[in-house]
Amino acid sequence: MTDHIAVIRFPGSLDHEAAGRVLREAGATTIVVSHHDHQLPQGTTGVVLPGGFSYGDHLRCGAIASRTPIMDAVRSFAEAGGPVLGICNGFQILCEAGLLPGALLSNDTQSFICKQVGLEVVDADTRWTGDAAAGSEISIPIKHHDGAWQGDPSQGRVIFRYVGENPNGAHDAIAGIANMDGNVMGLMPHPEMACEALLGSADGALVMGGVLAQGVAA
Amino acid sequence: MSKVTITVMPRVETLDPQGQAVAGALSHLGFDTVGDVRIGKHIVLEITGDDPAAQAHAMCDKLLVNKLIEDYTVSIDD
Repeated sequence: MTDHIAVIRFPGSLDHEAAGRVLREAGATTIVVSHHDHQLPQGTTGVVLPGGFSYGDHLRCGAIASRTPIMDAVRSFAEAGGPVLGICNGFQILCEAGLLPGALLSNDTQSFICKQVGLEVVDADTRWTGDAAAGSEISIPIKHHDGAWQGDPSQGRVIFRYVGENPNGAHDAIAGIANMDGNVMGLMPHPEMACEALLGSADGALVMGGVLAQGVAA
Repeated sequence: MSKVTITVMPRVETLDPQGQAVAGALSHLGFDTVGDVRIGKHIVLEITGDDPAAQAHAMCDKLLVNKLIEDYTVSIDD
């Protein structure tokens, strides 16, 4: 069965093309869906909320995007068990929408950070880590100003933690967290930017594959 | 028409890196009497219709405030 992935584009989204390309190369069809649509395309099997700076990060990162019409459809899709992945700004939007616990505050460095980081796979029992074992390490880049996750980790499932230095002051060095059911996951690092060895790492394919039926975007 | 002022502040237990950075800068400038600094938002709205306070609280619930990380107050200046 072919995967049909809806990539939601808000005003100010940046990484929808990169996310779509990775998923198409893995055999999925992708469609960019507008924030003001009220429904996901018929036959949608997975949803990606991409990185960027929706609505200029005004008010709070992700706050305005999380109240747009398409998010009601994303909420229904998630509640029915469909896989939803939020990357960077997409993570912020899922938290603001209440689909994931916590909130993302500005980095404790008060600066934009762009670098490759190591992530520990904390919980290997969801769809978001492929065949990686708990405790193993993957390498994915971050690029954000507001990535310090704060909240109660017991309200979700911690999937990834930063290894070594905590780059942004996130509580418990949490880089990615899923809902209790495990079908909705958000992370600050950018797996779609690390799916080819030529780019320095292909580890992101494990994460991107979470929205696909077969599990790995490679 | 009522003028409504909403003040949104990071919750006491929430990190405020902006406040910390400003506290550090003030200290470097010689203002060594400054302790904690917290930075929030000041939102001024003009609202028509009945019960502007109730309307403002509804707006805070729905969009303006994330209660996980922020507290707020509403004041009406008629």
